[in-house]
Amino acid sequence: MRVHADQEKCCGAGSCVLSAPDVFDQREEDGIVIVLDAQPPAELHEAVREAAAICPAAAISVS
Amino acid sequence: MTTAESLDALTVPAARASGCPFDPAPSVERARQTDPVIRATLWDGSSCWLVTRHQDVREVLGDPRFSADATRPGFPFLTQGLRELVGRNPTFIRMDDPDHARLRRMLTADFMVKKVEAMRPEVQRMADDLLDRMTDGRTSADLVSEFALPLPSLVICLLLGVPYEDHAFFQDRSRVLLSLRSTGDEVRTSMDELLEYLTRLAESKQGAPDDGIVSRLVARGELDFTEIAAMGRLLLIAGHETTANMTALSVLALLRNPDQLARLRDDSSLVKGAVEELLRYLTIIHNGVPRIATEDVTVGGRTIRAGEGVLCTVNTANRDEDVFPGGDSLDVGRDARRHVAFGFGVHQCLGQPLARVELQIAVETLLRRLPGLRLDIPFEDVPFRHDMGIYGVHALPVAW
Ligand code: HEM
Ligand code: SF4
Repeated sequence: MRVHADQEKCCGAGSCVLSAPDVFDQREEDGIVIVLDAQPPAELHEAVREAAAICPAAAISVS
Repeated sequence: MTTAESLDALTVPAARASGCPFDPAPSVERARQTDPVIRATLWDGSSCWLVTRHQDVREVLGDPRFSADATRPGFPFLTQGLRELVGRNPTFIRMDDPDHARLRRMLTADFMVKKVEAMRPEVQRMADDLLDRMTDGRTSADLVSEFALPLPSLVICLLLGVPYEDHAFFQDRSRVLLSLRSTGDEVRTSMDELLEYLTRLAESKQGAPDDGIVSRLVARGELDFTEIAAMGRLLLIAGHETTANMTALSVLALLRNPDQLARLRDDSSLVKGAVEELLRYLTIIHNGVPRIATEDVTVGGRTIRAGEGVLCTVNTANRDEDVFPGGDSLDVGRDARRHVAFGFGVHQCLGQPLARVELQIAVETLLRRLPGLRLDIPFEDVPFRHDMGIYGVHALPVAW
């Protein structure tokens, strides 16, 4: 799995961080998403898919 | 269905069924099942679309062709007051990108998960202090005025740098602004008073800066005092009325569902999930999230034309059986994370990490400290906020 987050689209409400804290974080200066682990291990895949599904700004893509 | 019935069925705001104060209005629920994107008549005689299903609500709120700009002709207003305020000191909740994003991003760092999680000990202390006072030598109280309302008020005051001593003033003005019954005059006066108060507050931070959001917006130097005041007003109102009502309504819903209450008491690891489920089940933004189409867009098989207003009824979306099987019952073990109680799209609630922390602490602390918590009046006598844009209860007499 490869995880990508679009920082232009992100509106910074942090749902992804709550779903998959090992994969997503928010930038200190403006709360915009950062990807901590772009190739997360299999046990995190479900959490990442959930994060992509609940992201309100459709900023997270998974390939 | 006769014409008269169908017209009557879809007047907005729609009435809830008596005896079912936690459920969306039956007319709108029926629409979700039979005709999920449907025309409705607003209180002022204008018409708009109701979008009632989960998938369609996400589509509309996630689509930039639906605008949140209330100055566009045809924008649906839920009250007289809201309509009269158009164009006066707008805030980013009723703007589109790029203006919306530019302003919202001035605040996202303050509400990000890390920041808010770091506030837990402080919020816990506030909750404990309030309960100490509420229970001191007494066995009954109004949970709204002594706990549910002061907790988020204290928190948002701290964050903004607003003196909590002034809470009676801003709580009263917020009430006027959120009441479906307020006249245009009342709303304008309250709005002006709040803005004047916050403008003076912003000015005062110039000489005496502190760590609050208002002061930092002043120091940032990108906005004038009126713009900062408008932002402060949005945060102040959004920051205390919402969580306050969710807290009180959550307690009431749990008291009415003793099996769920017992599960939660037995296993406090359920609290986070239970708060999501309560947000879903109760959906206090109960009259819908408004937008206006800027192009012709097909939603759920219906064409919404450019210039037509839309209300996304997030409360019915959160009962959508396709996403939440058995959604008409409260189940604290459910995975409810896909709820749209905070909206969806780029306007999705900025304060949601804060609301979550406040609600988790409020619910956990109340259940732990007051094992005998019960309603102190007959359920039929609970004063529900049918008259307010944010649903909840005006008061909640409890005993323990
Ligand atoms: C249970 C509590 C809450 C609920 C149910 C709630 C619900 C909502 C909803 C549905 C929206 C979207 C409005 C739209 O799309 O037009 C929204 C936006 C917003 N909320 Fe909340 N809210 C809550 C708590 C809070 C708190 C605690 C704060 C702040 C301190 C806050 C600040 C905001 C702001 C600033 C916006 C505008 C965001 C934007 O337009 O980008 N809310 N809220
Ligand atoms: S859920 Fe989406 S919008 Fe929210 S912080 Fe994560 S990437 Fe950004």
